[in-house]
Amino acid sequence: MRNERDMTTNSAFRTPHSALEVSFTLNGTPTTVSVPDSERLLDTLRYRLGLTGAKEGCAEGECGACTVWLDGLPANSCLVPIYQVRGRRVNTVEALDPAAVAPLLDAGATQCGACTPGVVMTALWILQHPDVLATHTVRELMAGNLCRCTGYDGIVDGIEAARP
Amino acid sequence: MSVLLPGSRREALELLARSNGAAMPIAGGTDLLVHWPQRQEEHDRAYLDLSGIAELRPVEWTPDALVLGGLTTYWDVIRDARVGRELPLLAVAARQVGSIQIQTRGTWAGNIVNGSPAADGVPVLMAYDAVVVLESVAGREEVPLERFYEGYKQMRRRPDQLVVAIRIPRRPYTFQRFVKIGSRRAQAIAKVGLAVTHSAAGGGGWRVVAASVAPTIRRCPSIERLLEEQAAVHSPEELLPAIARDVTPIDDIRSTAEYRKLAMARVLFYDVFRGREQGAGSTDHGRRMTDNG
Amino acid sequence: MKRGPPSTGAAVQRREGLAKLTGRERYVDDLPLEDFLWGMTVRSPPPSPRGSITAIRFGRDVDWSQFVVVDHRDLPGPNVVYLIEQDQPVLAAGVVRHVHEPVLLLAHPDRDALRRAVHAVEVVVEPEAPVLDFRLPSRSDEIQYGPDNVLKHLRIEKGDVARALAQAPVVVEGEYETGAQEHVYLETQGMIAALEGEVLVIRGSMQCPYYVLNALKHALARDETRLRVIQTPTGGGFGGKEEFPSHLALHAALLALKAGRAVKMIYDRGEDMAATTKRHPARVRHRTGLTRDGRLLAQDIEVLLDGGAYVTLSPVVLSRGLIHAAGPYFCENVRIDGRAVFTNAVPFGAFRGFGAPQTLFACERHMDVIARTLGMDPALLRRVNLIRDGQSTATGQVINDGSDRVAVLERALDVSGWREKRRAHAAFNAARAPVRRGLGLATFYHGGGFTGGGEVYLKSRLQVAGLPDGRIEVRSANIEMGQGTLTVFTQIAADRLGLAPDAVVIAEADTARVPNSGPTVASRTTMVVGRLVERACDDLRRRLGLSESARGDSVRAALRDWHRAHPDQSLVGEVVYEKPPGINWDDATYRGDAYGAFAWAAYVAEVEVDLRTCAVRVTDFVAVQDIGKVINEILARGQVQGGVVQGIGWALMEECKWQDGAMVNNQLTNYIIPTSDDVPPIRVAFLETPYPHGAQGAKGLGELPIDGPAPAILNAIAEATGADPRTIPLTPERLMTIAEFGMRNAE
Repeated sequence: MRNERDMTTNSAFRTPHSALEVSFTLNGTPTTVSVPDSERLLDTLRYRLGLTGAKEGCAEGECGACTVWLDGLPANSCLVPIYQVRGRRVNTVEALDPAAVAPLLDAGATQCGACTPGVVMTALWILQHPDVLATHTVRELMAGNLCRCTGYDGIVDGIEAARP
Repeated sequence: MSVLLPGSRREALELLARSNGAAMPIAGGTDLLVHWPQRQEEHDRAYLDLSGIAELRPVEWTPDALVLGGLTTYWDVIRDARVGRELPLLAVAARQVGSIQIQTRGTWAGNIVNGSPAADGVPVLMAYDAVVVLESVAGREEVPLERFYEGYKQMRRRPDQLVVAIRIPRRPYTFQRFVKIGSRRAQAIAKVGLAVTHSAAGGGGWRVVAASVAPTIRRCPSIERLLEEQAAVHSPEELLPAIARDVTPIDDIRSTAEYRKLAMARVLFYDVFRGREQGAGSTDHGRRMTDNG
Repeated sequence: MKRGPPSTGAAVQRREGLAKLTGRERYVDDLPLEDFLWGMTVRSPPPSPRGSITAIRFGRDVDWSQFVVVDHRDLPGPNVVYLIEQDQPVLAAGVVRHVHEPVLLLAHPDRDALRRAVHAVEVVVEPEAPVLDFRLPSRSDEIQYGPDNVLKHLRIEKGDVARALAQAPVVVEGEYETGAQEHVYLETQGMIAALEGEVLVIRGSMQCPYYVLNALKHALARDETRLRVIQTPTGGGFGGKEEFPSHLALHAALLALKAGRAVKMIYDRGEDMAATTKRHPARVRHRTGLTRDGRLLAQDIEVLLDGGAYVTLSPVVLSRGLIHAAGPYFCENVRIDGRAVFTNAVPFGAFRGFGAPQTLFACERHMDVIARTLGMDPALLRRVNLIRDGQSTATGQVINDGSDRVAVLERALDVSGWREKRRAHAAFNAARAPVRRGLGLATFYHGGGFTGGGEVYLKSRLQVAGLPDGRIEVRSANIEMGQGTLTVFTQIAADRLGLAPDAVVIAEADTARVPNSGPTVASRTTMVVGRLVERACDDLRRRLGLSESARGDSVRAALRDWHRAHPDQSLVGEVVYEKPPGINWDDATYRGDAYGAFAWAAYVAEVEVDLRTCAVRVTDFVAVQDIGKVINEILARGQVQGGVVQGIGWALMEECKWQDGAMVNNQLTNYIIPTSDDVPPIRVAFLETPYPHGAQGAKGLGELPIDGPAPAILNAIAEATGADPRTIPLTPERLMTIAEFGMRNAE
């Protein structure tokens, strides 16, 4: 996709919220949205597509409650401009297999639940990429998901219990 | 706001030139998007999205250098086992940038041009004598990273230039250490960052680079001289005069000038001046503030 | 170890757990909502914490006709957020007493347009002399509350402290300070207000639906039949959603009433941290008389709380703080004098522990200062002074609960390897490396339920309805915010009537449907309200004409029979709180049984201190407590682990940085809470001495775990380094200023 607007005049740069059509693969399904180009992926997911699993906890990439997978890697969707997902794969918590989270439930990985969708996205990514555990600890990998309820033991224990 | 979506390096440079410097290049977005909804005035400008330019992504090993692309992320480097063997501070520092969610998105070039005095990637690049490769429609220019910054958020990049690569010379090192003093182990902004290397190879010597203690990340020539001269240093306090010549720490929201000076002196004394002897061959290249092992 | 009778039902999995783990749980900002306006707040600007509003200027670049604008004149009723004292306005009217005080409310369909509009309003404040340091006496031009800026003064007295101190062979003094703490619930404050016919419906994140209802009733001058408050799944509270949601509900309501449309207000993190309540900062002084072998003879304690710019809950925070101030020890002579003072700080409010963490930090840090003065093992000092059954607390409450407090202590020492590790650390530290290790201890207690006569005053009501399909529905106003109400109530009700957990429905906390079972605070939900669930189950069984032993099939069958015999009628067991026998409190003299039951605990922290950076890392943490019957071990363990980590944050890194009364580090990048990589596994053990008046023998648990970590950690740092830290958060910067020890000792 290209923005074909004529760049020779400065006025083109001042149009607030130019509409943009963005096509990407959302949870395996080709998806096209027409959105203001100032929108973040998080807002598109939550307020346009009704996928409210990802939360805004800080809007600065600190808490990880908005974590999704972008081209298969965990990313904070509050820091992703919507135009950057064109042609990419986005996976959200809604598309996960509920059976995969059973060990987390058993270990007490969720309490208030506000951080949980983000926690789950990172946790399941780790479990699907166990090779990273050769170089990283679970606690280091989970450090981008702030949780104020569990003290992290329930989360770490749940991941450890599910490790292949 | 408007966004320009080039598909190639060439196209990006042309769009940048035609925007008369008005367009802000965006790579991983991990700095530019922070508190985005609250920064409405930033919504009114133009952005040049680099994320679609595949040719800027790859990491390249040449016989005498590691070349990072303009879009190379921290995660790309962390996952490159060869980096860990040859230029380990890159991986050590990359792992201390934010969290994995940031590491997968944030880029080395973005870290350089964001110009934060607290950057984690810049100190290790500078300690490895990295060169910034800038390009515009007019051609390429190479600037050694240590001469890239001119003041707080001031740098030798013209608005029509993009950082298309970062070249890091391949040298054998006898000492390599990165210490980040943050407010917690993970996801911290450096209160003091120190990258120190020593290479006996041509053009080498000691490099001591400090972050968060001056308006820009910078080398510490007085400290380097003490190391080159193998000066006898018996306590951290003896380093304070050299530190005072090299850096100008301040009180801010994250720490105090006094703390920064003392912590820098103590880390330099214990980890560098005392660690010189043990430095060669050590595999412990980095330490987070709270890693006490 | 004593054990209560085993629960008849197996522990139940968190009921809403799967919905949370799959992202399907809908919090207030996740609810589908059509045709609504976003609402935002215009606040008084820094740097004027006190002054008069002289002008409100609306920027010219905004078409204001597109916006709904509300100010204090739009209030149908009194401009007051109904609480203990009626002093805090819903919207500032002419004067401001702290920065970020709400002045105007704006609503618009487009959130970005609204953000720009908020920035385009200028509130001009003519400044007056503010009070910003609660430790200093107020000058006459700074007096803004009563004759002396004292919001509340309380005193507890037992024995003759003056005489005992004069005669004591050893007197040890100490002064201790604790900082404000931000809750950082991951879900920020949020509320939706909408008119549904004549009824104003509030949906949002909250701990106390009936507090919100009462506040709406008062300030909107609207009767209960035209008000309805529904709690939405709440993403953490920790006290931060006790009193504050009343403000936000009123703001959303005012906008919705004026707009005639639904209005949604969701704070972003910056506004949430800057403008909502925090834990009260405190200064506590101890003067303690002892025998040479460490027996307490007199405790003279002075507590000072920063009350902030409005009274909020400060009087009761002070009260709980004072009652816990003398620690879980026996002493014949105790005097505890406390004041909460007015300052022009953003109001402080409820936060897990509610005053007790501040006073217990001082008490337990002071115990180690005493131990060092006497040259005594800190564990032994505590063992000789721990209160025994038959002895009385500072308020004269005779403890007779059968709990073995020494056993709690011994268990913590055993699990942590106290004796061996202390020896090993001494040897390690003798090598004078730049890293030092230490072990620290705290023994403490926490009272469950409202203080004194509070539960009697609340008169909590609860219902258990029998449904035609053989299920039952628990109707209470107590909410789920992660701590496990839904699951624990399910378990209590299922056990009581011998039903399967999925035969128990927990009603949504909707004031139109559930009675007022009191607020979800004060570690009262399981112990006090859970007991009401049991009694309401009993009442339901009685109404069915069943015997007390009827359970399971007979209950299900009776429910179906009853509904067949009484079509279209409802069957509801209902109870009101009854004071357990023998519990008496006199609010005039502040003497008597302050709480129905105390939970008892001993925590051990192990630390490594890096003398280069003065960074402290907690390397091990053991938390042992007697909380009565443990109803659900996974949930209980999670409460302890989460509370401990919140306590680690408060002790070491969570610092509100103030500038002219404004929090300037109101971002998660700069207000630092622990990550998974900052804390060790928290090792938890329970002793279970049942409390006969708590559900299944349970006592309160929610707040206890945040009382112990800070003193245990600072005691460990003192042990590791020889330093004598007295203030939290003990950031590296602060430790370095008192740690000249550091480099002199290191080799």
